[in-house]
This record gives sequence, structure tokens and C-alpha cells, in this order.
Amino acid sequence: MTVLDYLYDLSNLVQAFANWLSTFAPGWVVYWVVGLIAVATTLLFAVNNTLAMNYIERKVIAHFQVRYGPNRAGPYGLLQPVADAVKILLKEPIIPAVADRPVFLLAPIAAFVPAIMPWAVIPFTPQMMVADLNVGVLYVFAMGSLATIPIFMAGWSSRNKFALLGAMRAVAQMVSYEVPLVLSIVGVVISAGTLSLRGIVEAQAVPYVIPQFLGFLVFFVAGLGELNRSPLDILEAESEIVAGYHTEYSGFMFILYYIAEYTHLWAYSAFITTFFLAGWRGPLLPPYVWFVLKMLFVAFLLIWLRATMPRLRIDQLLSLAWKFLLPVALVNVFVTAVGVFIFG
Amino acid sequence: MTRIVPLDTQTVADRLEGALPGSVEARTPNDIRVKLDRLVEVARFLKTTPGLDFDYLVSVTAVDYYPHFFELVYHLVSMQHHHSLVLKTRTPDRERVVVPSLVGVWRSAELQELEIYDLMGLVFAGHPELRRIFLWDEFRGHPLRKDYVEEIIPLPLPTEPAEPLG
Amino acid sequence: MTLETQPVVINFGPQHPSTHGVFRLVLTVDGEVVIDAKMVLGYLHRGVEKLAEEKTYVQNITFTDRLDYLSAMSNNFAYVQAVEKLAGIAVPERAEYIRVIMAELQRIASHLMAMGTFFQDAGGWGGPLMYMFRDREKVLDLFEMACGQRLTCNYMRPGGVSMDLPPEFIPELKKFIPAMRAYLDEYEELIAENEIFKIRTRGVGILPKELAIDAGASGPVLRASGVRWDLRKDDTYSIYDRFDFDIPTGTVGDCYDRFMVRLQECRQSLRIIEQAVRDIPGGPWVNPGVRGNVWAPPGEAYAHVEGPKGELGFYLVSDGGVGPYRFKIRSPSYINLTALKEMTVGYKVADAIVILGSIDIVMGEVDR
Repeated sequence: MTVLDYLYDLSNLVQAFANWLSTFAPGWVVYWVVGLIAVATTLLFAVNNTLAMNYIERKVIAHFQVRYGPNRAGPYGLLQPVADAVKILLKEPIIPAVADRPVFLLAPIAAFVPAIMPWAVIPFTPQMMVADLNVGVLYVFAMGSLATIPIFMAGWSSRNKFALLGAMRAVAQMVSYEVPLVLSIVGVVISAGTLSLRGIVEAQAVPYVIPQFLGFLVFFVAGLGELNRSPLDILEAESEIVAGYHTEYSGFMFILYYIAEYTHLWAYSAFITTFFLAGWRGPLLPPYVWFVLKMLFVAFLLIWLRATMPRLRIDQLLSLAWKFLLPVALVNVFVTAVGVFIFG
Repeated sequence: MTRIVPLDTQTVADRLEGALPGSVEARTPNDIRVKLDRLVEVARFLKTTPGLDFDYLVSVTAVDYYPHFFELVYHLVSMQHHHSLVLKTRTPDRERVVVPSLVGVWRSAELQELEIYDLMGLVFAGHPELRRIFLWDEFRGHPLRKDYVEEIIPLPLPTEPAEPLG
Repeated sequence: MTLETQPVVINFGPQHPSTHGVFRLVLTVDGEVVIDAKMVLGYLHRGVEKLAEEKTYVQNITFTDRLDYLSAMSNNFAYVQAVEKLAGIAVPERAEYIRVIMAELQRIASHLMAMGTFFQDAGGWGGPLMYMFRDREKVLDLFEMACGQRLTCNYMRPGGVSMDLPPEFIPELKKFIPAMRAYLDEYEELIAENEIFKIRTRGVGILPKELAIDAGASGPVLRASGVRWDLRKDDTYSIYDRFDFDIPTGTVGDCYDRFMVRLQECRQSLRIIEQAVRDIPGGPWVNPGVRGNVWAPPGEAYAHVEGPKGELGFYLVSDGGVGPYRFKIRSPSYINLTALKEMTVGYKVADAIVILGSIDIVMGEVDR
């Protein structure tokens, strides 16, 4: 193994380390150490992405809006997210006197955890993943749907009317968008014949965005709804309900929501990359670089949408989910199933 | 070049006298002054009579002619016929300030009458919801009146005794 | 089983991202549907009408700047016309042209802000707003060139304007016109053709023609309801009869129409400016007979202009002194709010914000 090989797939590095460790340590120690390394790396990647994404989003949107964006803290304003994070962390967390204290305090943590969990199964390369679950797709959506509950907890416990409106909208929206989101991926699962995320990437000789275009479309839009991103961001619609469910949050509790939001966003980009853009596959560059590049591309699409589109109203949003996305997803499942039955 | 032509007040006054005898109080080349208690009738007549058709109430103003009376000035425009009229009415004195509301005739009067009630202190009988629109409810007096004197609210003295030094 | 529901009262404002200042809207909502709307005003009430009674006619020009602070020039224009009518002052030819150019530039600037913030209220994330700020900046630069001020211009005087245009003004203005035309086309494609924008604004907040007239609406709000009423044409003041321009009107009276009327009006304003720049004569920019303050004989005068927000009128009563005895502002933003309840009830909360944005209020003018 040369240095290039190690760099080509970083998991080789961990593998080498594990090999060296097993020369003198018992097997269970190796298992735990390697596991912790994997978990810590993924967690750090997910959380630090918040900072990166924050910077990227502000900079890109600024250029969409004929502005410069952050350019004071550090070279090219690179330290701006750090400065902001420090500022928010130093602020006093204010808990409203009438709030339902235990739920209010629990909600940000409950929002943070399911945002981190899906990262366990994301395959950056064939080896670079914490766990290759054979029911990976199911796990991902299970974690995704958990995100609804903390949002409702936050909105309800704040005893703020804007937060309550946001929470009401959140439940209506996220429950509706879960259905087309899950159905849109059924086509991919049928084609790949596996629920494992690694298996799905390995099955993509041609990126599924081409044969599964309908599914991609539905997944993309429904994912926006699930993520509460513009133009489907009614639950924190700034011009209407101030900040929606997290109106009353400040300080470190706010930052947990912030991280959760951006981590969801990155996870969503990672899923689109995995399911539709052939994951790590690509010529020349190391697989994980391909993966991150594709993720960045999806993230850019999201920012682009945000900079351009106004927001849908709640009734329009729900009819989009039930009257358009759901039928399209069902048609896609049917067509894929017939196709696989005939040709596969 | 189109202009909004001010109607000849003599003709309007004659028509008003013909339809509603005794409603016109005085007339100048620029405006017609009607009796306060006939104001609503006159307004409805001006709005609905064909040929006059004052469908658009531009502005409602109250002027304080201290120490005599308050005068209400209504600028009326007919969009169909491109003509205008200035309608005036007076309160009997500065004490009896209840005036009829024209909201039933022109909706446009609604907010402007609220403003006059708030700042000039004229009470519009028949207004759907008379409340102070700009100033807070506890405010005393009506600032646009000429005899309004700013109320000096004394600074409340500290209730707790100051701690002695040292 | 039936669930018991109860309406919730929500306070929008006075501190709220989209209330355009310190407007407070008390909405009673049943779930997401607005069932009652009540406005609470006065957070920016400065008593301008009272203050103006203590000042002279010329000093009061400063107050008019601060009414609708996004269209100071138009406010100046209306006020000085009232003073001129009251005191019988003639205005030289060149001053009239300068005033018209300024008023039309101001209309463009004000409408840009209205359209940009409206898009923001509909949920757009600031892109078009920033573009419009960029273009408005050019108008403000022109103002700065002419009078040294960008927002509170204090430029017009009874009998003319406070100073002549600098020689580099007209060439800059000539460059501005085609650039602005191109930008307006871009906005039409970017915003008015946006499907989401269309479904958010079409059929929302309909103000029927009859109600619009009855409720005293004016400006783009009135014209969007299909009433062809523009004081520049219907009660021609200043020199507007010399220019060739159209009055855009809407058909339905919904938020989309109000937006489109504003966009089209910007184009018409550019046409007027183009003609004014072509025809502007030389000569004095202020009536040489007017020096310092003006005295008006006892009497009263009402003068109005078609401001960006609607019919802006000043009713002055003089007692023969150096200042007005009564100074009344017919403020379009305020009176356009009359039918707000009818426009919002029955729509969703999100629509209420869009409707309020489409009326285009400026609190300085509403509360005065």
C-alpha cells in the first residue's frame, strides 16, 4: 500500500490502524476503538458542516443578491460562522416564564439527535461508513420522520402563538410530505433490489436520476418539504410567523436547532447523491471527493431555489403533496415495477 | 387637458334647497355650508342624485376656529363627471361637539373621522367603532385644538428611600 | 366526536418582520383562516399636523419629507403646490420640468421598494429586493446630485426649487433611463412570471371596484381595481398635460394586479422623464419674486398630486400669517387601509401579510 492508496480511501488508514492495534490488543478493544473513530469522524463531519454550510449559503445567496456576503472575519469572511457560533453560544438562553419547562428544554436535544442519526448509514465510499445496515433505507426514513415530534414539542411548549402556528404547520406539512418521500424511493429500491445504501450505489451503473427521473423529481420536492426549505418553508416563514416553532429559543438551544437544520440539509444532499447520483462513483478523483462534490452540487441547487422562489401557502403546499407528488410517486412505482418485471 | 371642475356653488345650493329645504346655511364661490343636523341627508343627496354623483370622498378635515366653533370640511369629487365640491358644516360652539358620521354614506370617512375624533375631539355619532386611533386611550385632551395645553406629567418621586452614603 | 376549537388572536406587530415599520395588525384566526382583522396605529405618530401650525410655510417643507420618507419629492411637490395656490405664486417653466422629473424619479424609487418588499412578504428571500435596492440607489444618487440629500430631499420651494440642476445631472439621467428600462423587463420576467408568485397573489385580497371608490382608495390600489383614475391625467396639475403617457389599470383588483400596476407605472414614469429631459428649457429655477419665507392672505387651499402611494393632498388654512393656521394631510397610505378588513377576512394568515404588502403603506405617512 502506498500513500496514494491511503488517500484514495481514508478507511484504508483506519484499517491499517486496526491491523496494527490487533497485534497487541484483544479483539473487543479494536472493535470499540475503530467504532469510536468512525462515529467521532462522522459526527464531526456532520456538525462542522453546519459551519461550512452556513458560510457557503450566505456567500452564495449574497452573490445571488448582488451583495458580497460575509467578508470581515478572517480571510474572505471564512471565520464568520465561527464568530456567529461563539456569539450565539455566549448569549443567555431565555426560557419564557409560561413555557412548559421540561418539554421546552428537551425539544432542541430531541431535534438534534435524529438529525445526526442518519449519518451512520451514509456510504462515503464502499468502506467509509459507520454501519452498512441491510435495511438502511428504512432506517433513514424512520429517523427522518422522528424530526416532526421535536418541532411540535418546541412549538407547543413555548406557549407562543407564532410558535404554535409554526408547530401546527409543521405537523401538517411533514406528515403529508413523508408519504410521497417514501414512495418516491420505492422505485429506486425495486431497481436496485436492496435496502442497503451501499447496495443501491453499487447497483447504479447509470445514475438513477436518469431511469428514475420521476422518482428523483418527487424525492427532491418532497425532501424540500420534509426539510422545511424554501419554497416550502412555511413552518418558519419569517415574513408571517417570525421564526415559527423556534421563536422563543435563544442561546445554545437555538444553536442546536440551527445545527439540526443544516445537518438535515446535508443529509438530504447525501441521500440524493446516494440514491440518484451514483454516490461515490466517478472517474479519477477519490470516491469520497466525488461524494462531497455531488453533495455540494445538490446543496447549491437548494440555495439557488431559496434565493429565487417565494413561499407557497399552506393549502397550496398540502395540495402539492397530496394531489401532485403522491400520484406521480405511485405512477413511478408502478412503471418501475412493470419495467423490472419485464426487463429485469 | 382634463381638470376636476369645481361645481358652481349657486346651482348646487339651489338644487339642495329645492330637494332639502332649509339645509343650506351659507355659500361662497368656493364652498357650500350646510346645517349640521342635515349633513347626512345632504351627503346622501349629493352622492345619489344623478348629475351630481359625488361618489368619492377625498378628504375630511376639521378646523378649530378658536374660540368660536369647529368646522368640518369635506372635499367631494365625482369620478364620473369630473367635478368637485367643498362641503362645510359647523358645530354650534366649541362645547357641543357631537357631529353626525358620514361612514354610512362614504366608507372613506371611517378612518378620517377616527383621526378627527382622536386629535380634534369631535364625537361622530353613528360611527361604527369610535376609538383613539393614534394616541393611547389614557391620553387626555385633543392636541389639534388650538387651546390644547401640553399636560406636564410630574416625574414620580422615588418611593424607596435612598440608601445613606457610607 | 367533534373537537372543540376556538379562535386565536394573534398580534402582528408592532415589531414584526413584515409590517413595514410599526404597524400592528390584530388578527383573529380560526386555524389558518383570518376571521377578523383590526389595526392599531399610532406608534409613529409625531403630531406633524400640530407641529406644522407652529412653523412657517417654508419650514414645513422639512416635515413633508418625513411623512412618506420613501417619496420625499412627491410630498414636497404636493405641499409647495398648496402653498403656491394659497399665496398665488407663479412657477417658472424650468422649475416645473425639474419638479416633474423629480416626482417621476421618486415614483420609480418608491415603487421599486414597494415591489421588492412585496416579494419579500410573499416569502422570497430578498433577491429581487436587493436588485431593487440597487436600482433605487441610482435614483437616490441623482437626488443627491440635485439637492445634496438622498431621502429627505427638502428640494422644492414655493415658486420653484431650492437650487438649479448641476450640469452633469441631465447626462446621468439620460444614462439611467435605458438601464432602468432593461431592469424593469428583467423584473417582469423574474417576479411576475414566477409561478409560485402568481398562485400566491392571484385572486388574493380582491378589492372590488365599487368598494375601492367608496373606501377612498387611491393610487395603484384604486387603479388595480379597474378604475382609471390618475390625477396626473384626471386633474392635470403642473405641466403633466404636455407629456404623452398611459395609465395602467388592473382588472381584478387582487394583489397581482396591484403589483403589475406598479411595475407598469415605472415604465410610464420613464416615458415622462424622457420627454421632460428632451423639452426642459433654461431660465430661472425659482420665481425671483420669492425670497425666503412666503406670506399668504387669509383663505384656504387644497392641492393634491398623484403620489406613488395615491392621492396625496394638503389642505392649508391661512390666517394671514407666515405659517399655516391648519395643516391637514390627506395621506394615501392611511386612507388606503380603510378596506383592509374586507380585503383580509376569509383568507389565510400568509395572505394577510401579502395583502398588507400589496397596499404599500409607509408608517410615517399613516401615523404622521
